[in-house]
Amino acid sequence: MKPILCVNIGKLRLKNPVIVASGTFGYADEFKGFVDLKKIGGIVSKTITLSPRKGNPPPRTCETPAGMLNSIGLENPGVEVFIKEKLPILKKIGVPVIVSIASEGDPREFVALAKQLDKIKDIVAIELNISCPNVVSRLASQPVNQLASEPVNQLAGLIGTPANRHTGTLISQDSSSTYALVKAVRKVTKKTLITKLSPNVTDITEIAMAAEKAGSDAVSLINTLIGMSIDAETKRPKLAVITGGLSGPAIKPIALRMVWEVYQKVKIPIIGMGGIMDTQDAREFFLAGATAIAVGTANFVNPRVSIEIIEGIKKYLRENKIKDIKTFIGGLKL
Amino acid sequence: MIFQTKAKLIKNIAVTPKCYKILLLCPQIAKNANPGQFVEIKISDGFEPFLRRPLSIHNVVSQFPPEADQPLAEAGKPVSRYAAIEILYRVIGKGTKLLSEKKPGELLDIIGPLGNSFNLSTTHYPLSAILVAGGIGVAPLFFLAEKLKQDYPLSAIRYPLVLIGAKTENEVFCKKEFEKIGCDVKIATDDGSRGFKGRVMDLLGNILRATHDAQRTTIYSCGPRPMLKEISRISKEYNIPAQISLEEHMACGIGACLGCVVETKQGYKRVCKEGPVFDADEIIWE
Repeated sequence: MKPILCVNIGKLRLKNPVIVASGTFGYADEFKGFVDLKKIGGIVSKTITLSPRKGNPPPRTCETPAGMLNSIGLENPGVEVFIKEKLPILKKIGVPVIVSIASEGDPREFVALAKQLDKIKDIVAIELNISCPNVVSRLASQPVNQLASEPVNQLAGLIGTPANRHTGTLISQDSSSTYALVKAVRKVTKKTLITKLSPNVTDITEIAMAAEKAGSDAVSLINTLIGMSIDAETKRPKLAVITGGLSGPAIKPIALRMVWEVYQKVKIPIIGMGGIMDTQDAREFFLAGATAIAVGTANFVNPRVSIEIIEGIKKYLRENKIKDIKTFIGGLKL
Repeated sequence: MIFQTKAKLIKNIAVTPKCYKILLLCPQIAKNANPGQFVEIKISDGFEPFLRRPLSIHNVVSQFPPEADQPLAEAGKPVSRYAAIEILYRVIGKGTKLLSEKKPGELLDIIGPLGNSFNLSTTHYPLSAILVAGGIGVAPLFFLAEKLKQDYPLSAIRYPLVLIGAKTENEVFCKKEFEKIGCDVKIATDDGSRGFKGRVMDLLGNILRATHDAQRTTIYSCGPRPMLKEISRISKEYNIPAQISLEEHMACGIGACLGCVVETKQGYKRVCKEGPVFDADEIIWE
């Protein structure tokens, strides 16, 4: 028996429910040669911004118990270079390419990016990274000219968030901001929209529901948790920008809890992630209600882990005579 | 070409109380490795430590100790002169502590060879080479010396000089090994317990001052950041090219996470991918 592994995320059909999470797989070229990339269900690119972005000063990562902190700060070559140089490499692999996008402060950049990517048929879905803890909405000092005429006035209210990254608010930390942003992006693209949610909130279900109501085809969760690490010898923070995003198995229980909570409240598919290291972890996320799962930090430890999880799921379904992964989703027994 | 493989541990011996030499059977990596490159070693099957440890390749081993014959035969592979890599490492934290406890016969998940390598291309090939090592920074330079010896007969290099710096006498590594392959070795110790008393870069400065045609050499160096910064300054002062190997905490080691960047004149560069070897004048020192 060959179990059915394919799942649908909006209009996007994945041949298997295992994708690699944004920021943990570069633009895939780094893995070429020693990872069988064409087996992966889908690849989410490193987050792209409108302009090239330098990212935060080093040190940018530090190891923590069962995990790590990062404060990369969305370093990327900008959308033009991405389309010209990185996208052809991703396209050649032959698996669905999901492009993660973010603004550098002015939320209207999301709309501009979505508009630009909407025209490219090699891109099957857009993930809205409204939850990067290392880049907070800042006061847009100058309105972006070419966007001034956008019919997205509802976004205006989002601009003017406090400037300090340590006190600033993420779009995904406010349900009305999330709603406004997703709605504005929805207007400019018919591509599958995935909204990536932050765990740094009081109630993640409110944000998920706002994204659903605004027309998001799916939600992905969780992004990293804001954390900090201190060197007790030097008395200095281990990251140059003091705080960063915590990922790895340390956050898995939180991620599972949030996937489970969101599963009760929304009808759109959930892409579950947060500390998935192996097949068993992946199964736990499906049971909690994830339609697909994303492997993130585990890629750093074992670049082949996504392939191993796909094989592991196949084996599990076969051995347990489960015909279709879809019947396994949300199967948590209470 | 990068390989992820299970390497059999052939030996793992203490060179000094804090410093170990490990020999790993991994023919593909060994065959493709160049001086300056490193491997990422998974230390634990669990999550402590969570990330792999990047360690530079100290040598590609062509002649095996007798105890190596068994694992080689087991692997069913013809004994190639590029069958194993040697890594020299200092126990500095929980990762290297666990590594030092690994026993012969154990399999270690390793990825490599990673990063760029020292540039020995003919256009840049120096008439003479000075290798400057600080502490455990000697690790990649021995592989480099071996390669220089293999690729170019030593007689063609007028000045195969190795400068080894350490805090104190018992932290001087590899002197004999370098001498065995024909290098001239000079030692500098902070406490003067052996060789020149002072920093290895001061020793380098003294030597260059006394050399009439210093410009005809290339410096290759690895060691702590402040030392490399000083090497960079010296290379500028004497107008000598210097290639330095940087050390940095890494998450993935393959260029994906953008965690290990260093500021250069061309912006941030990844130590694991564009590095670990950089031209000294490329780096913007803090």
